[in-house]
Amino acid sequence: MLHIKCPHCGMRSQNEFSYGGDASVKRPELNKEISDEEWDNFVYNRKSLRGKHLELWQHLSGCRQWIKVERDTATHEIFNTYKADEEIT
Amino acid sequence: MQKYSIFNLVKNAFSNHENWDLAWKDPTPKEEYDVVIIGGGGHGLATAYYLAKEHNITKVAIIEKGWIGGGNVGRNTTIIRSNYMHDENALFSEFGMDLWRKMSQDLNYNVMFSPRGIINLAHSDAQMNAYARRGNSMRLNGIDAVLLNREQVKEIIPMADFSEDVRFPIFGGLMQPSAGTARHDAVAWGYARQADSMGVDIIQNCEVTGFDVTAGKINGIRTSRGNIKTKKVGLCVAGSTNILAEKLNMTLPIETHLLQACVSEPVKPILDRVVTFGAGHFYISQSDKGEMVMGGDLDGYNSYAQRGNLPTLQHVLTEGIAMMPFLSKLKMLRTWGGIMDMSMDGSPIIDKTHIDGLYLNCGWCYGGFKATPASGWTFAHTIAQDRVHELNAGFSLNRFSTGHLIDEKGLGTKTWIS
Repeated sequence: MLHIKCPHCGMRSQNEFSYGGDASVKRPELNKEISDEEWDNFVYNRKSLRGKHLELWQHLSGCRQWIKVERDTATHEIFNTYKADEEIT
Repeated sequence: MQKYSIFNLVKNAFSNHENWDLAWKDPTPKEEYDVVIIGGGGHGLATAYYLAKEHNITKVAIIEKGWIGGGNVGRNTTIIRSNYMHDENALFSEFGMDLWRKMSQDLNYNVMFSPRGIINLAHSDAQMNAYARRGNSMRLNGIDAVLLNREQVKEIIPMADFSEDVRFPIFGGLMQPSAGTARHDAVAWGYARQADSMGVDIIQNCEVTGFDVTAGKINGIRTSRGNIKTKKVGLCVAGSTNILAEKLNMTLPIETHLLQACVSEPVKPILDRVVTFGAGHFYISQSDKGEMVMGGDLDGYNSYAQRGNLPTLQHVLTEGIAMMPFLSKLKMLRTWGGIMDMSMDGSPIIDKTHIDGLYLNCGWCYGGFKATPASGWTFAHTIAQDRVHELNAGFSLNRFSTGHLIDEKGLGTKTWIS
């Protein structure tokens, strides 16, 4: 069982969360000329890193906020969690 | 190579079975090969076998980081089927069914192929309609499909819950009678033994650390056991695809996810079919040892752990008990996990790449095991002829940018859509 610390509610079990995938993916800017390759990268292509991975989770059965989680995809260790709009240095 | 036969079995009995040949050798890597296959799983071994058998290319090496058969070919739930609706998947899988039927003779190795039939249960009128449509599509492609009503299903699997007041009553099901199971380890070992006997080098405990690419052409690979020169490299590494793609500066429409399976304690024969639950994702069959073999959904987050987590297992088994309540009385014997190369449309990729001489075989999602022979056969063709076969033409890498997705179930990595 993963234990995820929601930045709004505190430590909760994995059962309250739903997964949202790679958080480093950026939607191409609006009103700008966008190539097929850029769309491809946004919609389909993923690095799927082994090791430290910044990802989105939603606290679905809690505050319903989207959050960012820094987790190791090989060991499942969770290093840190952030609010969705928090700048990560 | 010694042939496996009743005569050789009797003959070797007189020497206490101490004089059998090794099934495959343990060679040191040569300096150069015509083709290098990365990944000694089912697909990699089958590819090497068909390269030698169908295309007469025998200067081939299989590079495996661990040991052959230690990955997904030894971790799956052994289901073999071709009950697909879309032409690309249906024709490819049905071609594979034919290879499965001949496999034990072809490999001189008993893979215990058991065409016991698969039943997908339906739990609503709408689902019955959808199954009728899929069944008709299958039959148009020459695949056997039978639509069963509630009574017919009850006759075949009376141990399922047929009460009226359950949340998901059984309305009927779609059966593919020719589907079945096989002994997964034997598939890996059978392909390995034959490939080895035709001159393929199976190199285990050898990790690929890099690629030698110049001017858009592959010239060789770097491994933990030295550099190997080659003009053609086939990637067959399932859940590790993204790790190797990163070394090639490629980003793929693949995410690596965790899928669990489990077996119960062995019990007397009760279930002689493969059955899937239609209101969720759960499948079950009974092994020859009597264990109930079960599996279901992904754990749902990116993972390379090969080790599962309890919430998903509990969710999957809850579905199982809803379908067959007797399962709640059984003890769990083993659970395990494997890492899946989940493609974004749920269908595989067998294609050339933008790098000359680099070929890609990945994106098998939940269905890698049953695809083993067809995947090996078409991948060998793609590598040997440097062009895709019509059977794998649809499984192209660029279909994601051109929009020709093969969305069999309309889901890939995003399990919450189902």
